[in-house]
Amino acid sequence: MIGGLFIYNHKGEVLISRVYRDDIGRNAVDAFRVNVIHARQQVRSPVTNIARTSFFHVKRSNIWLAAVTKQNVNAAMVFEFLYKMCDVMTAYFGKISEENIKNNFVLIYELLDEILDFGYPQNSETGALKTFITQTGIKSQSKEEQSQITSQVTGQIGWRREGIKYRRNELFLDVLESVNLLMSPQGQVLSAHVSGRVVMKSYLSGMPECKFGMNDKIVIDKQGKGGEGATGQSIAIDDCTFHQCVRLSKFDAERSISFIPPDGECELMRYRTTKDIILPFRVIPLVREVGRTKLEVKVVIKSNFKPSLLAQKIEVRIPTPLNTSGVQVICMKGKAKYKASENAIVWKIKRMAGMKESQISAEIELLPTNDKKKWARPPISMNFEVPFAPSGLKVRYLKVFEPKLNYSDHDVIKWVRYIGRSGIYETRC
Amino acid sequence: MEWANQLCENRQFGSKMTDSKYFTTTKKGEIFELKAELNSDKKEKKKEAVKKVIASMTVGKDVSALFPDVVNCMQTDNLELKKLVYLYLMNYAKSQPDMAIMAVNTFVKDCEDANPLIRALAVRTMGCIRVDKITEYLCEPLRKCLKDEDPYVRKTAAVCVAKLHDINAQLVEDQGFLDTLKDLISDSNPMVVANAVAALSEIAESHPNSNLLDLNPQSINKLLTALNECTEWGQIFILDCLANYTPRDDRESQSICERVTPRLSHANSAVVLSAVKVLMKFMEMLPKDLDYYSTLLKKLAPPLVTLLSAEPELQYVALRNINLIVQKRPEILKHEMKVFFVKYNDPIYVKLEKLDIMIRLASQANIAQVLAELKEYATEVDVDFVRKAVRAIGRCAIKVEQSAERCVSTLLDLIQTKVNYVVQEAIVVIKDIFRKYPNKYESVIATLCENLDSLDEPEARAAMIWIVGEYAERIDNADELLESFLEGFHDESTQVQLQLLTAIVKLFLKKPTETQELVQQVLSLATQDSDNPDLRDRGYIYWRLLSTDPVAAKEVVLAEKPLISEETDLIEPTLLEELICHIGTLASVYHKPPSAFVEGSRGVMHKRLPARTGSGESTESPDVGTAAGGSAPEAAPSIIPSQGDLLGDLLNLDMAPPTTSGPPPPTTGMQMGGMDLLGGGLDSLMGDESEPPHVPPRMDTPRSPSPQPPSPVYTHTDYTYTDYSHTDSPPDHSPTEHSPPAELGGDIGGSPAMGAGFGAAPAVMPASLNAPVGGGLGDLFDLGGVGMPMGAYIPPKIVWLPAMKAKGLEISGTFARRAGVIQMELILTNKAMSVMTDFAIQFNRNSFGLAPAGPLQVLTPLGPNQTIEVSLPLSTVGPVMKMDPLNNLQVAVKNNIDVFYFSCQYPISMLFVEDGKMERQVFLATWKDIPNDNESQFQIKDCHLNSDAASSKLQGSNIFTIAKRTVEGQDMLYMSIKLSNGIWVLAELRVQAGNSNYTISLKCRAPEVSQCVFQCYEAVLKN
Repeated sequence: MIGGLFIYNHKGEVLISRVYRDDIGRNAVDAFRVNVIHARQQVRSPVTNIARTSFFHVKRSNIWLAAVTKQNVNAAMVFEFLYKMCDVMTAYFGKISEENIKNNFVLIYELLDEILDFGYPQNSETGALKTFITQTGIKSQSKEEQSQITSQVTGQIGWRREGIKYRRNELFLDVLESVNLLMSPQGQVLSAHVSGRVVMKSYLSGMPECKFGMNDKIVIDKQGKGGEGATGQSIAIDDCTFHQCVRLSKFDAERSISFIPPDGECELMRYRTTKDIILPFRVIPLVREVGRTKLEVKVVIKSNFKPSLLAQKIEVRIPTPLNTSGVQVICMKGKAKYKASENAIVWKIKRMAGMKESQISAEIELLPTNDKKKWARPPISMNFEVPFAPSGLKVRYLKVFEPKLNYSDHDVIKWVRYIGRSGIYETRC
Repeated sequence: MEWANQLCENRQFGSKMTDSKYFTTTKKGEIFELKAELNSDKKEKKKEAVKKVIASMTVGKDVSALFPDVVNCMQTDNLELKKLVYLYLMNYAKSQPDMAIMAVNTFVKDCEDANPLIRALAVRTMGCIRVDKITEYLCEPLRKCLKDEDPYVRKTAAVCVAKLHDINAQLVEDQGFLDTLKDLISDSNPMVVANAVAALSEIAESHPNSNLLDLNPQSINKLLTALNECTEWGQIFILDCLANYTPRDDRESQSICERVTPRLSHANSAVVLSAVKVLMKFMEMLPKDLDYYSTLLKKLAPPLVTLLSAEPELQYVALRNINLIVQKRPEILKHEMKVFFVKYNDPIYVKLEKLDIMIRLASQANIAQVLAELKEYATEVDVDFVRKAVRAIGRCAIKVEQSAERCVSTLLDLIQTKVNYVVQEAIVVIKDIFRKYPNKYESVIATLCENLDSLDEPEARAAMIWIVGEYAERIDNADELLESFLEGFHDESTQVQLQLLTAIVKLFLKKPTETQELVQQVLSLATQDSDNPDLRDRGYIYWRLLSTDPVAAKEVVLAEKPLISEETDLIEPTLLEELICHIGTLASVYHKPPSAFVEGSRGVMHKRLPARTGSGESTESPDVGTAAGGSAPEAAPSIIPSQGDLLGDLLNLDMAPPTTSGPPPPTTGMQMGGMDLLGGGLDSLMGDESEPPHVPPRMDTPRSPSPQPPSPVYTHTDYTYTDYSHTDSPPDHSPTEHSPPAELGGDIGGSPAMGAGFGAAPAVMPASLNAPVGGGLGDLFDLGGVGMPMGAYIPPKIVWLPAMKAKGLEISGTFARRAGVIQMELILTNKAMSVMTDFAIQFNRNSFGLAPAGPLQVLTPLGPNQTIEVSLPLSTVGPVMKMDPLNNLQVAVKNNIDVFYFSCQYPISMLFVEDGKMERQVFLATWKDIPNDNESQFQIKDCHLNSDAASSKLQGSNIFTIAKRTVEGQDMLYMSIKLSNGIWVLAELRVQAGNSNYTISLKCRAPEVSQCVFQCYEAVLKN
């Protein structure tokens, strides 16, 4: 199991050090600093073995978090735990920065004591933790409250406490998708997939039983023709994963998604699709080398969705060679700038409707070099946001059922929103 | 502390009053100040002071002097303050064990607190105070907490048992905590169950044979129920534990799989991977024709692909595991090639792993896409990545024949880029393509030759030279090209020198007329001006071959080469099976068994996949288990666990630096080439007595029979089989770094001990002596009549190093004394998939200075499933260090794959020298002279020899009877033994007629040896 946990700043100074096992000595702290943080070259692996001690690290801005062990631990678990710890810290004091860590070091030690016992991760749901790790001293709890805390921390529904009350029962569903694309210069799709998340914000009283439905092909096909399934297309979901509140065995057997949600925000599910993806934009690059000191670049983007919809925050990033000396850009829409520090031309368009096209052309002057190595021509990448789900996912229903309290599904106010964003959306040139 | 100072300044600018201010206490005399504050009456002040102490502790300052003052703050209602004090205690209790006792009372009291959070906190912290004295006070509170009404306390107490076990295992057993822990598996609260499982698993790991985690269908059912209800972490503990269970039959296996599959949709990647581990393992037991089997296969792919959208660190772990899964069950991901395409922004470690998997998944169906991708990668920035991509193209060509042509043209395009390392890498892989498809792509040779000058890496130069030599007849100016290399011959690396030598000899055999001068030149460079034994030996052999029988030379040197295999750097099956059982863990990330990086007893236990039951299908690898379980008798060989400590002692074996990851380095073809050369070439040499005049004297010494190459496959292969596999393992293939004379013919018979052994042997050995060396020696002695009255006792061979622990190399052996020479007789068996070469052996310092008197004579590469018997003469002049037990010997054996360590015990009788017969008078005097304290008595039971038979039997092992007396029907035999280091042992053996129990008294100035000598008596007399 995890033998110790260290947090360093960018210089390699220890901010937090908590050792759980005897086999991890103080010198382990230094070993990681010397061999990884201060190592000159790029990190070649997130797992490092130094003198038969294994170090797992993740980096958040310029803070290093390292878990140390001398045993054959579950490596996936260690990384999941490190991510979780970042989440917990963020939930408690915001951004993970040197200043915040120093300001909250007592809290962090308290958290580490709670969520990692002898190197074994324990309940790390922020909702539960916040009920009893408060940094204000909690002598005032009644006996009832205490047992409620412990049963929540260890209980079957560790993510929700009882007795929550709202005057207005409301829930928000966000379908957030990121669409990823790798396209060849000739316009051939090399790979494309959507990774999506359904984020739920719920303000519901009691212990509500929820059931979530979407246009999953398997479910729709099962229901056959007519009935409810007549909403149009269904989508094939390659794979999905769920928040721990979802009853997985029920999903496995009936493919129905039922759960008691945590109070407030949670990521209900993640999914991935690869078939029939709507690619919101198409990028057509044209790069021409004119002699050894000049490049001509022309890029056309075409929007490919309903004209009534508007895409936002569009940004096209056209890489330029390292020996660029000057750039002239002409674009029809938006603004374009050459950013020398990033070695790229950045073209920004605020809004763009569907079924439109726009183009940019640029002349790039190059300094003559005798560097034999050719320019690697990194792909042109794109960022955008569209108000629909590129996978085609539709929420069909979210039913709420609370047996003990007297509010019904109809009394709950529900909101659904779709946002499609670019993930890694690249076109080679 | 630097930043602490900076913060101090910040504060002056009115930054908010936060915890960071506690880091500012750096002044001198602060300890006194803190002391005063800790003893303050004001609660707030106390708390502030403790915070300062903790801050100092974090930065590594020693604040242990404040121990009593901090402990005094423990009695408080304030939970936050209490936690801080506990934190301090955990850190310093060990350095102040007596003081720590002061805290015990508070803990015991807290364990009775009304607040479950405080009870749990107390029991949790108490377990972290790792002081032996405190443990006995811990027992009672722990017992109560294990049965607490509150699940939060119980789940904490469960982990505490593991903590306590780590400090004092005996105590935990005596107090019956293990049973209580087992009961918790049936607890109503899932988190308690999960923690109990975790604690039990850990404890069980340090007791490999205990039946702690008594997994049976009932307990499995409980675990599976808890699985649906507990936290993500608990699910991981339970799944990891489930993976250790072996279902009774395929039915049970299927029902567990059915209940585990829903976990594949969990958001936590570790849960998914642990579920995959259980499924991969239990799937082994399902009959392949079962519908469920194929359903399961289909279910596995999507979650594995989803893992690739996790954060990069997790992607890395997932990819390392997928690499294993793809090797074990390629069918799972065969259609998912695209998801492994490299993204521009992937971290380098993800890119390299993806590339590896792409090559494994490459097939005729997807090769076009793969090639297009690889070509793209070859223009990237990262040098390692680019090289690997170029190699990958070569591997595609070898793997998918239809694509070979496209691959070659892609490689040619890449060569045109003139990027130095791309060109070199391309040439190395093209050489392999030539090997795989001879007479097909030689048209590109001209292009390759153009780049001759830009090659500066040995591997690329060697590859190019090989190409020139191999196709000398098609390259007009081959002689010029090779001659140009010859100018700087001595500056080249050995790899290049060897290759150049062979290439020129090939050229000579193909175009003898023009190149006579050149070949003369290279032969003299290799034999006369070089210090490298490899090179010299190869040079001499060529020279002799050429000067005696050019036709034979042609047959040998220009023989047809065996084809190279398609799949490379596969993990050998035994290791792969073990790693599959470790999916998700560090072992699967390192691709090494846990014993390779975990110290102590933990993790040494080998896991393996269950055998298929139900339908009549045979298991896939029947030899997995036997290798591990096959060792046994009383002196079971112990594997030396921590290599680290031994490194210093175990002489200068050429160790590869401990690599963080990556499979073992590939077989080195160069060395193999050297040996093949002997295998094929030696026979023809042996029969011939007309030797060229230039051969140095040592070649004239009689030769030992050389083992024949076991299969005709290896005739004359002078180039690599497999070394196109890895880019990440450094190409340190140069044979000079090892101790090559052992393998390469020149030194055969050259070592003194061997020479002595052959004293009576005929001057020229018959050429057809095919028997392995060990047997051959035995035969020789029988023939020569060097003889002994009766054979000395030789213990039977036992397995010293099981294959599981040595990457497929199994070593068994024994010790013998033959004609005054101590022999270590070894049987080496290769249970791995790849060929083993470059064997060498070293001993650690030992009690009697045993050391190899010559190198380990393994002359041929050891092919998969091949066995060789070797006899190693030992001398007793090595460095001495007393061992425990006295006759313990720690051995390191090296081959091309790694260095392995084991220890064995030798019978001390092999150290008994032939001139151990003492004069009677001397015996009497010595017997009196040795103090009685040094006398030890032993009983030998159930021995049915009479005294004369015993006497002559003992004489065979150099235990000499000096006198015999008979008193009252009891035979008293007086004997003397002399050890190789000059120690005399005197013995009195009493044999009573009709009584099968002998009594033996041993007297010696070094009484430590008595026990060992007694064991020898017993062994000799009973065999």
